Amino acid sequence: MAQAEIPYQESMELSHPHSWWTKYWFSQDHKVIAVQYGITAIAVGLVALVLSDLMRIQIAFPEWEIMSPDFYYQAITMHGMIMVIYLLTAFLLGAFGNFCIPLMCGARDMAFPFVNMLSYHVYLLSVLILLVGYFVPGGPTGAGWTLYPPQTITAGTPGNEWGITTMLASLAVFIVAFTMGGLNYITTVLQARTRGMTLMRMPLTVWGIFMATFLGLLAFPALFVSAIMMLLDKWIGTSFFMPAIVSLGEHLEYSGGQPLLFQHLFWFFGHPEVYIVALPAFGVVSDIISVNARKNIFGYRLMVWALVAIGILSFIVWAHHMFVAGMHPFFGFFFATTTLIIAVPTAIKVYNWILTLWRANVRLTVPMLYALSFVLTFILGGITGLFLGNVIIDVPLSDTYFVVAHFHMVMGVAPILVIFGGIYHWYPKITGRMLNDRIGRVHFWITFLGTYIIYFPMHYLGFIGTPRRYFDNLGVSDFYPMSAHYLNDVITIVALVVGASQLLYIYNLVYSYFRGEKASPNPWGAASLEWCTPQTPPEHGNWGDTLPTVHRWAYDYSVPGHDKDFIAQNEPQRSPA
Amino acid sequence: MAEATNQNPQGAIESTVVDWSSDQTVFKGVPWGKAMMWIFLLSDTFIFTCFLVSYMTIRMTTGAPWPEPSLVFGLTVFGMNVPLLLIAIMTFILITSSGTMALAVNMGYRGNKNGVFWLMLATALLGLSFVGMQAFEWSKLISEGIYAWENQMEAAPQFGSIFFMVTGFHGLHVSAGVAYLAIIAFRVRMGKYDKKGYDIVEITGLYWHFVDLVWVFIFAFFYLW
Repeated sequence: MAQAEIPYQESMELSHPHSWWTKYWFSQDHKVIAVQYGITAIAVGLVALVLSDLMRIQIAFPEWEIMSPDFYYQAITMHGMIMVIYLLTAFLLGAFGNFCIPLMCGARDMAFPFVNMLSYHVYLLSVLILLVGYFVPGGPTGAGWTLYPPQTITAGTPGNEWGITTMLASLAVFIVAFTMGGLNYITTVLQARTRGMTLMRMPLTVWGIFMATFLGLLAFPALFVSAIMMLLDKWIGTSFFMPAIVSLGEHLEYSGGQPLLFQHLFWFFGHPEVYIVALPAFGVVSDIISVNARKNIFGYRLMVWALVAIGILSFIVWAHHMFVAGMHPFFGFFFATTTLIIAVPTAIKVYNWILTLWRANVRLTVPMLYALSFVLTFILGGITGLFLGNVIIDVPLSDTYFVVAHFHMVMGVAPILVIFGGIYHWYPKITGRMLNDRIGRVHFWITFLGTYIIYFPMHYLGFIGTPRRYFDNLGVSDFYPMSAHYLNDVITIVALVVGASQLLYIYNLVYSYFRGEKASPNPWGAASLEWCTPQTPPEHGNWGDTLPTVHRWAYDYSVPGHDKDFIAQNEPQRSPA
Repeated sequence: MAEATNQNPQGAIESTVVDWSSDQTVFKGVPWGKAMMWIFLLSDTFIFTCFLVSYMTIRMTTGAPWPEPSLVFGLTVFGMNVPLLLIAIMTFILITSSGTMALAVNMGYRGNKNGVFWLMLATALLGLSFVGMQAFEWSKLISEGIYAWENQMEAAPQFGSIFFMVTGFHGLHVSAGVAYLAIIAFRVRMGKYDKKGYDIVEITGLYWHFVDLVWVFIFAFFYLW
């Protein structure tokens, strides 16, 4: 190519909306799209939260008979799918990704704002298709969030009439939406940074979201393909996943299919999905910890390479979800080994967070509380992952509450804590007002302690053999000690309290938007670029007339011989005297 | 952190790393759209890989025998059964369309608007004829009793399922590509890219070559295996 450098970012044309619709609904401004993603994800997440509370009531008090078994299985399925995909993935990448990437990289907007706008609306469509499941004959699918065939489409599974179709269609549409957004995130990070913003000066939030998006773009295809194949099995009678099968005394038309193939495809998506959720959380937490410890993040380079290593490794561990499905012992050995290897880069990250806190001047702000609780939760959830990564321990524990406890700690509670912390951290930049500190602290302690009371006893319940996914988990056998029954009841009561307390956070978001204290442009004293915008909240185009120039990395805190305890990224280097 | 641009890189690997991780852009001189198309194609590669791996798994694990491709995909010409004739023509046409596409990209960089328009249109027409022949192939198979859910050859029902699904998915890609090519061709003719430059022709070309490359794999796995 003849031209060495093209100043794309300078010559970028932004759409300048005039009507309410183009400004707030079909907006092409990444900040508005981020808020749209965030609100939709929280709204659909509340549906999943209510479902989980209903399930808890059923499990603890089956004698109340508040729901049918069908409703219970449908609730399990919808709760899992919504939380993992429509809340966590959409929020961490759609909301944080959209908001943080252009601001932290010093771009005016995403590379292709129109595609970005479409991404949100297609996502909204996928959420609507998902929720339509509750209004079709037979209700949503109750196959469990893993949707394993053949039971997903055979009679007897709730929602095998229409619910499975709406679920698979919704997933396919979601993947289209994610691809449109994800292409934008990657292109923006790779090609649209501002002057001086080298890759190794990017905040870890951007690195985390960037790697997670890569994982998503390479992992979602497997889910997309399996969704198409299952839809064909369901509607035109192909037998991709369906073996010859007798259902309700009737020989079905299927023959010769391969149910395990679905499990492989599903987990080839499903395991990277864990890291699609975890990597942005790692990034956000690194930044929050560094800001509030007033120290540079320990081992920045290693943090970046750990993200990359986790991303790559996450593609070769998927079959550890299938140890009980039956596999050659050699494969069990292989996947157990890779699974345990992934603990190495993860441990590097945890050590680096702890070493960042070492002898730091820690400010226990609310975002910092969430970040610290994430580190603790992630360690505990990760350690139980080492149990389950070993075939021999996984087999007896696989279908018990131990697994429920493990994945809720590590990929349920931990990323949600980061979402809370991240919203708290960036709310002043998004709205120009601070969130209420007192409500924030009350909500934090209820949520943090509450989730521990909920999920910690589940490990014990799992060890004594309580089966997961059962409509009446302790009713199946009377060998459970009374203590298990008490624990089960306590878990439910605390789950209801924690569930209700989430309204506090939402109240805080709404209340502070109107009545919150006015925020200064940089209330946390953070060094990264998003706090240097000329206006707060930043206007369309983010940077006024000229793009910022970056002179340093994002972690210059407590630099000796400097009048402030942080140096913003766009502050020039002092000439060596 | 020291100014990364001030470092003095040693050797090929280090200088590549420094170059890639320097500011503003990783891939110097690559327009945003082109970078985005490459990343999309990477993602799309995974879709087709999943399809093909599923095909291999199903073919190897299904109980019933798999039909002989040279018998199924034959065409009778002048009373003579020529195996793989139609598919050879289709493959030839698609490869040719890649050639005309490459010429169109070349014309784009020379600024020859008319050349771009006609070559892209030719590419689109070749693509359209490919889709047409695929429709003919499908209808021929269906008339011989091979359906997506069963067949009258006592062969595994998965043969039709996976064949129609994967070639259908590829056919959708080709059809989308034809529409994409036609739209870009007419926009070029209308002079929409006179100021912006003709990068878009190359980006469209990337997609078209990709669809072509995927076909080579489908051809090898479905017709030659």
